[in-house]
Amino acid sequence: MQIDVDLGPLGFLEGGHLLIKRALRNAGAGKSITVTGTSPELEIDLRSWCRDEGHNLELRPRNGEQTTRAAIVNGGAEAKRWTGAQRAGQADAAQTDGVVSHAPRRWGLAARGATVEAGSPEFDFHLVDKIEVWADDAARLYAQAVAAQWDPRTAIPWDAKFELDDDVEDAIVQLMTYLIENETAALIIPSRFIAQLHPHFREVMQLLAVQAADEARHIDVFTRRGLMKRDHLGLSTIGGQASLKTLVDEPEFAIASFLLSVLGEGTFLSLLWFIERYAPDPVTAAVAKLAAQDEGRHVAFGIAHLTQHLNNDSSFRVRLADSVRRRHDALQHTAGLNAEVFDALVLLAAGSWDPGDLRRGHQRVMDLTKEMDEGRQKRLRRLGFSEQEAAEISSLHTRNFM
Amino acid sequence: MGTEGQLIMGAVAYDPKVVSIWDGFQKYFRARDLDFDYVLFSNYEKQVEAHFQGLIHAAWNSPLAWLQSERAAKALGRRAEAIVMRDTDMDLTSIVLVRADSGISGLAGLKGKRVAVGASDSPQAKLIPLNFLAEKGLRPNADFTVIVFDKLVGKHGDHIGGEREAARALMNGEADAACILDGNRLGFARDGTISSSATRVLAQTPPFDHCNFTVLDGAPTGLISRFRDLLLEMSYANAEVRPLFDLERLKSWLPGRTRGYAQLSAAVDRFGTIDSFVKGVAAQCK
Repeated sequence: MQIDVDLGPLGFLEGGHLLIKRALRNAGAGKSITVTGTSPELEIDLRSWCRDEGHNLELRPRNGEQTTRAAIVNGGAEAKRWTGAQRAGQADAAQTDGVVSHAPRRWGLAARGATVEAGSPEFDFHLVDKIEVWADDAARLYAQAVAAQWDPRTAIPWDAKFELDDDVEDAIVQLMTYLIENETAALIIPSRFIAQLHPHFREVMQLLAVQAADEARHIDVFTRRGLMKRDHLGLSTIGGQASLKTLVDEPEFAIASFLLSVLGEGTFLSLLWFIERYAPDPVTAAVAKLAAQDEGRHVAFGIAHLTQHLNNDSSFRVRLADSVRRRHDALQHTAGLNAEVFDALVLLAAGSWDPGDLRRGHQRVMDLTKEMDEGRQKRLRRLGFSEQEAAEISSLHTRNFM
Repeated sequence: MGTEGQLIMGAVAYDPKVVSIWDGFQKYFRARDLDFDYVLFSNYEKQVEAHFQGLIHAAWNSPLAWLQSERAAKALGRRAEAIVMRDTDMDLTSIVLVRADSGISGLAGLKGKRVAVGASDSPQAKLIPLNFLAEKGLRPNADFTVIVFDKLVGKHGDHIGGEREAARALMNGEADAACILDGNRLGFARDGTISSSATRVLAQTPPFDHCNFTVLDGAPTGLISRFRDLLLEMSYANAEVRPLFDLERLKSWLPGRTRGYAQLSAAVDRFGTIDSFVKGVAAQCK
């Protein structure tokens, strides 16, 4: 069917080119359309545009009229551009082949479900295999994470009036210093993997980004609590940093996720709820509680994608167990949890310097480490480790908790 | 001449993208059994001289460099041939832009006015439009004042900086008219250099042609023939070629033709633009 475009007085640059492009696309390669219009520059613009786009232009004689009349044959460049283009999966991850098992690097930054021009540049993404990174639950966890974001300014009662014993305040400052250090590791690790992750795994990328944002907020509120009544933060030890360095240095996503999210942040859940429970002031209680809620999601994602990974490759379980043993060996000559943190937890749980309270406080910290161990074993069993394996692996987990 | 069996082409480095373009084509040719290399020159005059000195087999020439080559060849009793050109090298026009509210309604209105042009060696933004105006009875720098924006002389206007300056001069009132390539009206309107509604096209030249691959008689025929064939069979559908085509702004290579250089030839005759250069090249090679 012949397509005729009458632009009237509409200029080529004023939107006339859109009508012409649409008509040429509808006509198809090798087919012609006619264009008429009274814009004074139409002929000039048609000539240069058709030349650049590879269309064949035939201008009809004006015979003294104002109106430009032209026939344009679609040169087919647009159709040629999309020869060999590929659909990059499906936007909806639930559709068949929505998320492919191996994402081609040349799909690059294209949105999942977009059509990617052949010959697009390859990006140096390392995490391109679904098995390594994917969890069907990622979209749900991401939505939950976005809905659960809190504003440090309003979520925490910064204006609450309280006065603590100097030693108790010092203990809180030391705990905050320790938490900041650990949450910094928990921010850096997912951030590093985001840069390596193929964006085809969009929901995982988004979830890791929110996870990093969570940690940024935790660092913020722990710092503010630490400096509420003191000019300086507390102590950072070699043992604590050595333990975290083994996490930061772990090059493999799935193993880093296992060590950080399942074992480390899993253990931290117990710690944060413990701090919330025995907090001597409402600000400490609030920052610990809000951080614990966020950490729960991080643990859930770690378990979700590792479960899926292990369902596809059960032999990976051996490597996970080895990674804990390796980390234990690397850290066996370090101090682990710094003594000041341990003492601070005891004092926090005691609530005073009374010997009877201190004994109770110490017992509560002992109960905490037992609860942490049980929590780790439970999560390990969910990943398919036997009771014996879970007990062994949990016992080898770093004394630094994270 | 270069390594035996190797085709050496000359091009002018008017923009850093030139390296990407010819590195890309080099890879394409070499994958198809044509040992191809290229040499970049900072200006077309050096390239034309090198061509006549036998340092290169083919040259990617501006229309002015084509005329320099054609005329030097003629002076030496030799022959230059335009073997291939881009589809976008054919049937260009230049336009004379004025401000929409200028009150200049015909070419005669340019009398006594200031006309901004691009680089002094730009075919499309100076030589062809000024010759066009002269043919209409408006002598440059006699009937009107020419303001030259001499950006990167030697690049023959490939770098459109001069044209852009001319368009800016029109918009800010330093000039009453500006000479630019037809397609740059769209480009400058899109990037905000000019406002399409605040400008008007006063005149348009007849169509002319632009660049071509030039070879001189005596070039290795087998290599040139293979080079020509490979160019002509390149397709925009090929993902390896398409980014190079986009950089070089073409959709297909076409067999060369020389009938589109008459206006530029008349312009250089009128202004004596290349006479001494052509004589110099001919003298060097005699």
